[in-house]
Amino acid sequence: MNRYLFNRPRTFRGGIHPPDFKEQTEGNSIQMYMDPQMDLVFPMSQHIGAPCKPTVKKGDQVLRGQVIGEPQGYMSVPVHSSVSGIVKDVKPMLTSTGNKVMSVIIQNDHQYNEVEGMHKAYDYKHMTNEEILKVIQNSGIVGMGGAGFPAHVKLNPGPEKKIDAVIVNGAECEPFLASDFRLLIEEPKKVVDGLKIVLQLFPEARGYIAIEDNKPTALSLMRLLTTGEDRIEVVALRTKYPQGGEKQLINAILGREVPSGGLPADVGCIVHNADTIVAIYRAILEGRPLMRRIVTIAGGAVAHSHTFKVRIGTSVRELVEAAGGITGELSKIIAGGPMMGFAQVGLDIPVTKGTSGILLFTPEQDFSGQESPCIRCGRCVAACPIHLMPMMLNRFALNREWEQFEKFHGMDCIECGSCAFVCPAKRHLTQTFKAGKKIISDERRAKRAAAQAAAAAAAAKDQAAPAAGK
Amino acid sequence: MADEQEKTLYHLSVSPHIRSKQTTTSIMLEVMLALLPAAVFSVIHFGPRVLLVYAACMGSAVLSEWIWQKLTHQDITIKDCSALVTGMLLAMNLPPDIPVWMAIVGSAFAIIIVKQVFGGIGENFMNPALTARCFMLVSWSSAMTSFAVHGVSSATPLTIIKTGEGQLPSLLDAFIGNISGCIGETSALLLLLGGLYLIIRGIIDWIVPLTYILTVLVLGYVFGRDGLYEILTGGLMIGAFFMATDYTTSPMTHKGRFIMGIGCGLITSIIRCFGGYPEGVSFSILLMNIMVPFIDKVTLPRIYGEVKTSK
Repeated sequence: MNRYLFNRPRTFRGGIHPPDFKEQTEGNSIQMYMDPQMDLVFPMSQHIGAPCKPTVKKGDQVLRGQVIGEPQGYMSVPVHSSVSGIVKDVKPMLTSTGNKVMSVIIQNDHQYNEVEGMHKAYDYKHMTNEEILKVIQNSGIVGMGGAGFPAHVKLNPGPEKKIDAVIVNGAECEPFLASDFRLLIEEPKKVVDGLKIVLQLFPEARGYIAIEDNKPTALSLMRLLTTGEDRIEVVALRTKYPQGGEKQLINAILGREVPSGGLPADVGCIVHNADTIVAIYRAILEGRPLMRRIVTIAGGAVAHSHTFKVRIGTSVRELVEAAGGITGELSKIIAGGPMMGFAQVGLDIPVTKGTSGILLFTPEQDFSGQESPCIRCGRCVAACPIHLMPMMLNRFALNREWEQFEKFHGMDCIECGSCAFVCPAKRHLTQTFKAGKKIISDERRAKRAAAQAAAAAAAAKDQAAPAAGK
Repeated sequence: MADEQEKTLYHLSVSPHIRSKQTTTSIMLEVMLALLPAAVFSVIHFGPRVLLVYAACMGSAVLSEWIWQKLTHQDITIKDCSALVTGMLLAMNLPPDIPVWMAIVGSAFAIIIVKQVFGGIGENFMNPALTARCFMLVSWSSAMTSFAVHGVSSATPLTIIKTGEGQLPSLLDAFIGNISGCIGETSALLLLLGGLYLIIRGIIDWIVPLTYILTVLVLGYVFGRDGLYEILTGGLMIGAFFMATDYTTSPMTHKGRFIMGIGCGLITSIIRCFGGYPEGVSFSILLMNIMVPFIDKVTLPRIYGEVKTSK
């Protein structure tokens, strides 16, 4: 209760304090890198849900803002070209997920000719929710924190869910990354106006802009911009990892817990990354589809740490060159943050909608240590923001005791990496949980498919037999 | 350029990509650092002979771990320094005049029988140093219960209280450590400082030591004894800060640690006041060690967003 009485930064139970490494990244303002030289690669799958179908073929002329990938179904959003030019090829290309994904490759003609109908601002105040959501879907907007959940799906939880809180996630708790912070202080008005659009969708909701208290400039700027807005509150959060996790944010701000296996909407919340909110702003008030994003390039192996605003599809190799290139020995490439990002096999991947950062680690930074036996110190238990018993789950996963793994809530792990970070025995905790969750969900899916097949077979048999019952 | 990049193999691994610098070895070294002031004091207080006991215990612990792992074709883990800590703690829990060969045998018992037979580091269910001490107590009871300071035999404060014979040292002497007792257990002050260091460094948490000491303090008065004297003597400080907090043999959850601390305090006080034995720290911790798997089981934390399922 006292956290509401006193104006203390709000937080959740558990979590860790990794060194934030932001001194080199937070101070540099966003640099425009809007004239990419190398070919741009547009993967057809930059969202969860069915991949898009390419609408262009080799040799086609495309314009900026043109749809080059058509969505397949409701859980899907289109892909737009961020430049004008010629389609060089349509073929599977390596992406930051580690998979080869069908992609459209475009040679930039540096003209940036736009497709017709861009820059049409919508008068959203006189639009229905359905119309607004349609614009958001057509603009190709997905969650830009990395998960790639289509924004219009998140914003349409269904009539039975009473949404009373819209949270703008500006916590940016991952070390190194500064893209959200720079966005918050350089384009704060767009964040506030974007939030207002979302608040119109949910007339009963309050808006919360949540920022960690190690970003005082962003906090005071936002407070200034929202004075007089009685539906918007700026919330200071304690600087702690994973404060920017959806479940941790909701718990810190509202004291609610998303039920196991549920979604934020189940407790009346919608959480969107700050950059997603700006994308919504640009779609509705500037009439632009999602074609750019903000990326932090950092790490010991790159000459200068920078936060760039780039066209989606730009080659990571080119961006690294723009940051001064590789100096020193490069040991590891990470797409995303150091806690939850993905290690890459090389620099030849494109910036996609979910690329918040590219980290280039030297061998010294790339420290993972030698795995040794668990000493039962309990650090993982204290660190887990979900209050699991990581060392027990680790044992179950290694012994392939999946029933026990599920019984002790292994499926609730959010894969934040806190347990593995603090483990003095350097055990691969998060790593085994990721594998375990994948194995269990694959099994569940197979079981469901088998059950459906059996049901279908039974139904077919019923139909074949004379309908005796009716 | 294309050829060049295909030759470079970057490190691939699953997140997280950063790890804390703390390792099992660094933790063990810090524990030894925290014990060092009390150990140095023991050399001054009891004379240089105790150095021999330290060397015997620590050397025997490391050597027996190495031999056992060599013979059983396991990875050698002496580098994690946990055997050194066990040896040091055992030495600090032995009388200053203990024959060296007994110290060597006891230390080997701690490592091989109590620790390695059960699976090595993290798998033993009782504190190796304390179990070895109890093993020595029943094997060589007179050598283990005769205490002397500078060659003059003198009873420990708790023995004086139990038997009612002799002059009790002052509270201040008990606090500084100017009393009879095991090698490393006498200076409550220096052990307290070492323990505080470990708490500040985040190596141990405060729950077990605080609840343990407070329970003994309060029960001391409840049972009609001097509570303050109770917590300064009988190895309570070394037990509360360095033995009951042993990772492997103490609970992992916060709730469990409260139970551990209070349980240890309760058993210690009962043994001291009503048992036939003057001190109860070792037995209380060992008894609670056995309870730990059960404590961990009943104090499982409620997870975030747990949905109650009817069974």
